[in-house]
Amino acid sequence: MWNFLYAVAAVAGAELRKLLRDPTELFSRAVQPVLWLAMFGQVFSQVRGIPTGTLGYLDYMAPGILAQSVLFSAIFYGIAVIWERDLGIVHKLLVTPAPRSALVLGKATAAGMRGLLQTAVVYLIAVLMQVHIRWQLPAMLLVACCVFLGSCIFSTFSLLIACLVKTRERFMGIGQVLTMPLFFASNAIYPLDIMPHWLRTVASFNPLTYLVDALRGSMVEGGLHHYPLALSLGVMLAVFGLLLAGATRLYPDLAR
Amino acid sequence: MSAQPDVAIRIDSLSKRYGHFAALDGLSLDIGRGLIFGLLGPNGAGKSTAIKILTTLLDASAGSARIAGFDVAKQPVEVRRRIGYVPQLLSADGALTARENLDLSARLYGLRGSQRDDRIGQALRFAGLEDASDHLVRTFSGGMVRRLEIAQATLHEPEVLFLDEPTIGLDPAARRTVWDRLRQLRSDKGMTILISTHDMEEAETLCDELAILHQGRLATAGRPDALKAEVGPDATLADVFVHFSGAAIDSSGHASEVRASRAAVLRRG
Repeated sequence: MWNFLYAVAAVAGAELRKLLRDPTELFSRAVQPVLWLAMFGQVFSQVRGIPTGTLGYLDYMAPGILAQSVLFSAIFYGIAVIWERDLGIVHKLLVTPAPRSALVLGKATAAGMRGLLQTAVVYLIAVLMQVHIRWQLPAMLLVACCVFLGSCIFSTFSLLIACLVKTRERFMGIGQVLTMPLFFASNAIYPLDIMPHWLRTVASFNPLTYLVDALRGSMVEGGLHHYPLALSLGVMLAVFGLLLAGATRLYPDLAR
Repeated sequence: MSAQPDVAIRIDSLSKRYGHFAALDGLSLDIGRGLIFGLLGPNGAGKSTAIKILTTLLDASAGSARIAGFDVAKQPVEVRRRIGYVPQLLSADGALTARENLDLSARLYGLRGSQRDDRIGQALRFAGLEDASDHLVRTFSGGMVRRLEIAQATLHEPEVLFLDEPTIGLDPAARRTVWDRLRQLRSDKGMTILISTHDMEEAETLCDELAILHQGRLATAGRPDALKAEVGPDATLADVFVHFSGAAIDSSGHASEVRASRAAVLRRG
């Protein structure tokens, strides 16, 4: 057990070091949430076209945009892994006695920590946009847990796809094809209640929906959960468990 | 476990098939402990496939292999504890420093505390990178990266070290330094070293014994001078190479086979 965690920490530590050495990506990835909140959000809060109850639209969408930035930065994690495959780094990791699941979990942990840094940037933007953030410690810890878990889910999903497609060109195509449907077939910027029936069904199978829902109830003042919090967290944990098992099985294929 | 302690690598009827194409076709070979052993052969002869199976990265279709007495298919973790591997590409992480690269490997090999720090210090001295230890690897020359990688792959003092074309793309001085480091590992630690190479000078001056693979089979094996003597009084190692891999080409020149082998090579990327 300790050996396992030691290996997880080693992989995550190396990844985090690389991120902190060159944090430009953290800031370039902040551009998108700014666009959504400052433009889309401002316009739609004027229109009042989307029923969000007593919650203002900007407050309503802020957790959705946080979840989106988690999704968009984690989903391209696979590119880095394909890059590591082309360089032989994957081969070098796989010939060590470290458990393969520890290597995969280490990558996911690094993505989780990256998600937390990303969250700080999104909070900053949200504050500037006068979103009513809940500053209570338990609520913020819950946001941190959800972001961490969400980053683990989507980065591991990305790793799994990378193991299947194995080339950058194919991955870029698939990455684009997946992110937008995941985003729009979720409750990130509009409630489940106004979706057509079929889309609501699709959204209920989308892990992003549960991430957004858990965040919505904890990130902003007056935000409400659609699903019980325990259900959202349970779904996310289960999805991550399945993805972790799948990625652990497929990761060694990258070296073939 | 190991019936013959003088054999570091035992390969028994090893095969790897991709559809109809056999990348390895019943390869059998014993490699003695403490040797620097060279695998030669034309592209697609099965060198890389053999190394991938021996390093537990790829499963064989048939046959078996043992490293230091442990079966690569049945006891992969035991094998991984006892081997080091330097891939063909310069695979140290350019976004990390030399020390950070070594630290990651040391941790994945389960080295802890002061033992880890000691080994990392030794590795930096061995690679001649003490002054550059905190520089990013992307600023290094090819020779420096290779030395770092060899140090990285031997942090845990493996019994067998695998290197896939270790000096490809290096200048002559860097090549000699790499050879010196490999000889040093053999003499100081008694390490068995298996390399694949296309470089006849490397095969002749570095390797104690050679095996020439052709179309996934063993064409011949032995000491470089014995192989040369076998072909002719004035034969060079290049003559030996052409004799054993060229002769076989005449007997099986079907275009479809060549196409199949090329396709399989591409598939394996």
